[in-house]
Amino acid sequence: MSAILEVEGLAVRFGPTQAVRHAHFTVHQGETHCIVGESGCGKSVTSLAIMNLLARNGHRHAQKIIFAGEDIQAYSDRQMEEIRGNRMAMIFQEPMTSLNPSYTIGSQLTEVLRRHRNVSQAEAEARAMALMARVGITAPAMRLRQYPHQLSGGLRQRVMIAMALMCEPELLIADEPTTALDVTVQAQILRLLAELKQELGLGILLITHDLGIVARVADHVSVMYAGEVIESGRTADLFARPAHPYTRGLIDCVPVPGKIKAGEPLGSIPGTVPVMKEGFQGCAFRFRCASATDACTQDVPRHEIGAQHHVLCHHPVTDKGSRA
Amino acid sequence: MSTTPILSVSHLSCQFKSQGGLFQPTRLLRAVDDISFTLEEGRVLGIVGESGCGKTTLARMILGLQKPSSGEVFVQGAPLSSLDRRARARLIQPVFQDPFSSLNPKQTIKDIISLPLRAQGTFEPHEIERRTAALLERVGLSLEQGLRVPSELSGGQRQRVAIARALILEPRIVICDEPTSALDVSVQAQILNLLDELRRDLKLTYVFISHNLAVVEHVASEVMVMYLGRMVERNQTADLFKTPRHPYTQALLASVLTPEPGLGLPDVGLGDIMPDPAHLPTGCRFHPRCLKALPQCATQEPPLRKPTDHAVLECHLT
Repeated sequence: MSAILEVEGLAVRFGPTQAVRHAHFTVHQGETHCIVGESGCGKSVTSLAIMNLLARNGHRHAQKIIFAGEDIQAYSDRQMEEIRGNRMAMIFQEPMTSLNPSYTIGSQLTEVLRRHRNVSQAEAEARAMALMARVGITAPAMRLRQYPHQLSGGLRQRVMIAMALMCEPELLIADEPTTALDVTVQAQILRLLAELKQELGLGILLITHDLGIVARVADHVSVMYAGEVIESGRTADLFARPAHPYTRGLIDCVPVPGKIKAGEPLGSIPGTVPVMKEGFQGCAFRFRCASATDACTQDVPRHEIGAQHHVLCHHPVTDKGSRA
Repeated sequence: MSTTPILSVSHLSCQFKSQGGLFQPTRLLRAVDDISFTLEEGRVLGIVGESGCGKTTLARMILGLQKPSSGEVFVQGAPLSSLDRRARARLIQPVFQDPFSSLNPKQTIKDIISLPLRAQGTFEPHEIERRTAALLERVGLSLEQGLRVPSELSGGQRQRVAIARALILEPRIVICDEPTSALDVSVQAQILNLLDELRRDLKLTYVFISHNLAVVEHVASEVMVMYLGRMVERNQTADLFKTPRHPYTQALLASVLTPEPGLGLPDVGLGDIMPDPAHLPTGCRFHPRCLKALPQCATQEPPLRKPTDHAVLECHLT
């Protein structure tokens, strides 16, 4: 498997606030890479930074952002426009706000293809209908003439996925694609994404706050906290042996039917995520961490604790459950 | 436990008229259709279902915010419609989903929490002050935070404010409508633990609405499953999760994504037909999406059955 996206040392700043600090991860072809974290951890900003879609007051800096073998950091707006929606496609959380309410589904779907490829409207419509059928939309010919408000939330998200696939992208960035949907629809949409990944060899960068989704769909996970990737590893390893106290705490917070006896409290992490300012040193989690020591005010080393399993912590939890 | 249930709902229905368009006839949208149940003191009733199933409308009727089209809500045996707003507020209080829009952005936290007391008009200022301070501490906020405005607090802290406001009149029942859906998981756990502590210490009864079944399993003592305005199944939580009887309940349980890698994604098998409360199917409302539907499911309304003492089921299948 070759890497489709390689990010190293990514930092994003909004004024004095450091939203992302030396983030690094790699997405391979045919692989789902999940970035998981709580609100404010920088996961959405990371995806926007990759696509160069940050708000004007956002400043991006990175050692490298390599997409399909080329560093795209120095790309002009025009070059980025050529890539976005074409070779690098996106799906956002709320399909109602990402679709234009005053254009038909058909015109929005075909626009993507006609913008990037030299095809006729008829050819574009044929591809749109084929893709709509593929993502499980019944009666695609009728849907082409409909407006977004005439579709249910699940159907709208399927339209968004079809739109993202119009130009056969190599990388799909999905930012909380099922958060606005019912649980029953969520499973269907995630299954569809997994099938498409297999079929088309897509690399998927999935951003979510839901560890349940991560466990079920990811091949590789990066856990973000206060702008940093504090732990990353293959999904099975990370859930079996979470090494960072934050990852552990996060997994314990999720209610699982049958796991906790009635009347027992859920695991929880006290406090809230801090806002990172310039000049901050040490571990950002130390204010909420039960195993924090004086050493945690110093720069944090990155340990390799297993194959492709990294943790950013002074006191990672080792295999035996004791602290190093 | 008293013999009169603290909350009892009898044949409650709510219909809305929806305009179909300029030349289309008005349609009747049956948001809640003939729902009855009783709830004992100290219990937690979880209500689950997809969006549009009527769970929020049901909650609004129990709160007295929405007038039922027919049926009645009884609190401690007294019909809700016989109580005035102040009496109602002393018995039932809400905690809503979004702590960003349900708190007045211009008031201080203390003013927000004490408003229900002041609205009663019978409390002395020093009593209001004392109760507010005690409750701030009880929900884990400092007195200093009481002087701030909502925008200075985090989502979890705002939800603590909403809980404090709901409890200041020492109500008997709290209706929680998706109280943690807008929060992060680590904060959600804090709030769920707080709600559970408060329920035990203050002997509260909760109606807990959520789309997250794992959360409901954790907090509720009994669960009601709603589909297109109907209660399709009700049972004790442990029994419902162990033996879901209704195909819809089974599908809902199958769709819970627990953080267990290697299990893959479930095939929920509900198809693409989304429920539309303005166009109810004939017979069993779930039959267009049901994998096990029998011929009579499309024509006859399913009977209400009681498979066990605690279980209620509305389904043709046995």
